[in-house]
Amino acid sequence: MNGQRELLIEPGRTAGQYWRDIWLYRELFLFLAWRDILVRYKQTVIGIIWSLLRPLLTMIVFTVVFSKLARLPSDGIPYPVMVYCGMIPWQFFSNALSESSNSLIDNANLLTKVYFPRIIVPASSVVVSLVDFAISLVILGGLLLWYGIIPDWRICLLPLFLVQALVFAFGCGLWISALNVQYRDFRYVIPFAVQFGLYISPVGFTSSIVPEQWRLLYSLNPMVGVIEGFRWAIAGQATQIYWPGYLLSLALILIISIGGFFWFRRMERTFADTI
Amino acid sequence: MNKVITVENLGKRYTLHHQSERQPYLALRDVLAEGARNFGKRLLGQRDKEMLHEEFWALRNVSFEVDQGARIGIIGRNGAGKSTLLKILSRITEPTTGRVRIKGRVASLLEVGTGFHPELTGRENIFLNGAILGMSRAEIKKKFDEIVDFAEIEKFLDTPVKRYSSGMYVRLAFAVAAHLEPEILIVDEVLAVGDAQFQKKCLGKMEDVSAKQGRTVLFVSHNMAAIADLCTSGVLLGNGRIVVAGPTDEVIRRYLETDEKSIGEVTFELKPEADACIIRAGIFSLAKTSITRVDVREPFIISVVLTVQKAVRDLEVSIRIRTQRGTPVCFASLSDSNDGSLASFKPGTFTCSFEVPAFFLVPDHYRVSLILHEPCIRNLDIRQDDLEFTVDETGSSMKRYGDPWVYGSVLPKFKAVVKTMDSISDQEKGLNSNEL
Repeated sequence: MNGQRELLIEPGRTAGQYWRDIWLYRELFLFLAWRDILVRYKQTVIGIIWSLLRPLLTMIVFTVVFSKLARLPSDGIPYPVMVYCGMIPWQFFSNALSESSNSLIDNANLLTKVYFPRIIVPASSVVVSLVDFAISLVILGGLLLWYGIIPDWRICLLPLFLVQALVFAFGCGLWISALNVQYRDFRYVIPFAVQFGLYISPVGFTSSIVPEQWRLLYSLNPMVGVIEGFRWAIAGQATQIYWPGYLLSLALILIISIGGFFWFRRMERTFADTI
Repeated sequence: MNKVITVENLGKRYTLHHQSERQPYLALRDVLAEGARNFGKRLLGQRDKEMLHEEFWALRNVSFEVDQGARIGIIGRNGAGKSTLLKILSRITEPTTGRVRIKGRVASLLEVGTGFHPELTGRENIFLNGAILGMSRAEIKKKFDEIVDFAEIEKFLDTPVKRYSSGMYVRLAFAVAAHLEPEILIVDEVLAVGDAQFQKKCLGKMEDVSAKQGRTVLFVSHNMAAIADLCTSGVLLGNGRIVVAGPTDEVIRRYLETDEKSIGEVTFELKPEADACIIRAGIFSLAKTSITRVDVREPFIISVVLTVQKAVRDLEVSIRIRTQRGTPVCFASLSDSNDGSLASFKPGTFTCSFEVPAFFLVPDHYRVSLILHEPCIRNLDIRQDDLEFTVDETGSSMKRYGDPWVYGSVLPKFKAVVKTMDSISDQEKGLNSNEL
């Protein structure tokens, strides 16, 4: 850091400098994530219990409604396990999305006073949701034990699906957090979208109940691929991944995320002026 | 000399949206509604004339260079572009034109506790705040003990800062900032107001850092005394351009001379039916230029021009000075200079000037009322608080105190002596022996 490195400030700085900056500010990124995690679990008991209770209660309700009342099939997996496998990626996604969408506004006082690549703000808030995810895995372990399900080699591919969910959440987060700076009422869209998404994603039911000719259309929701992937990896034997749909999900996630990144980069320059 | 900052032709343009004037933020629903309206108009073949996008250059063609180890004071009125300049230098916002070359790490001294989180402990906040100010984790670890020592909070290191007293909070925040070691330090006083103690410490530290370690400091302030004390040279900005750059004294002088709004001089309509009335008044330097900012070290003149239309015996011209908070400071009259005897005026126009001595008013903002009267008989013309002026701190005895007006409004210079009781008795003895 005995810095005689010369810094050039010009309108429309170059991309090369941007990547170098992200690297230089990697510690701030970790510190911001660390802060959010600390704050979130500061009232330890409530914080952790809450992140255990939420998926658990939702699972119970969904099981009762969809299995007992609506009598939907579960592809040979115990219904609670089936719901829970869909619940954890969904909850991770919705948490990460909500957190990152508001992250820029929540950190407005930093944005207007200190320079750093703005992208680390939504990125660090996505990381925080990983902690919740890890906690919810504990319940998953319990459930699997209870029903005597032993995952096979497929469980090794679980991180891949997690990364998929993470990239998707981050990509959406980039779009929405940047829009949120520009248009303040955007934040009201998120809770609605998350609520809505829960019912159109195959969380409480399996996507096998969707008629064959609609499967591809159904897969336009990138979370369909992620959730199917989770079920396949955890309790896989009976679940079949619908490959055309899965590849479509993957492609959409990539398009949304890359688009989000460039959109964010474009908007980033004026954040400090508009926030 | 080694140039650490080179600014060339820097410009920053903001676009003002006049339609969204009422709310601070653009709301999507407004944009959509606006879009729909415009679309409708276009369908009907109307051109939209209402959308006003006014361009505003916060900075324009600014060029200067800074040597290593220099302490540059950046001054100017509100809206002159000081903060925009600092924002560009610290990379918070991008310039529209021009370029800046900076050698070395830049850090800003921020408002007390920016980035502090109330739920986190002192220890956690040191790391967080340090990282936000631009320190690496290794650096913070290395200086951790020093920071804790400086802040004197060892006992409360693991207490959430929301339980800290405000004093502890400030000490901790400053301790972190004080251990920042950038090559270039940016200090915006506007960000650091609110705590005189903190400011004082910062200023001391700044001088230290720059003089001993050859670091460069950019300092924005309205406090001319601080600028004069600290800075080796100055830049005066006005309307986004550089007015003058050079030695601190000269820049400060220019700053005090130029002022856009001139409540320093007012004219009044003649009252045709009055026996006598005030038609003009103003505040002037001894060199007879109209001013609204007064250097505390200089005398200045409050002048009243009156027209007498019917001869008045025993006419008195008085001025009253009040602080901006309305506390009367003093009342002065023409007769004070004539052993209390009143003058009689024949019809005509007269100028009455009051010379206010140097080092008389505490640096603050003042209002002047003008009164034309026959004492205790009748008032001929009264102008309440019509003149305004500011006394600038450039080195009065009050300069070491933040908010000096809290202590009083005049600089009295009483003669004070101190004697020990022993020496008094010694003197008495001495006197006695002399008498003998």
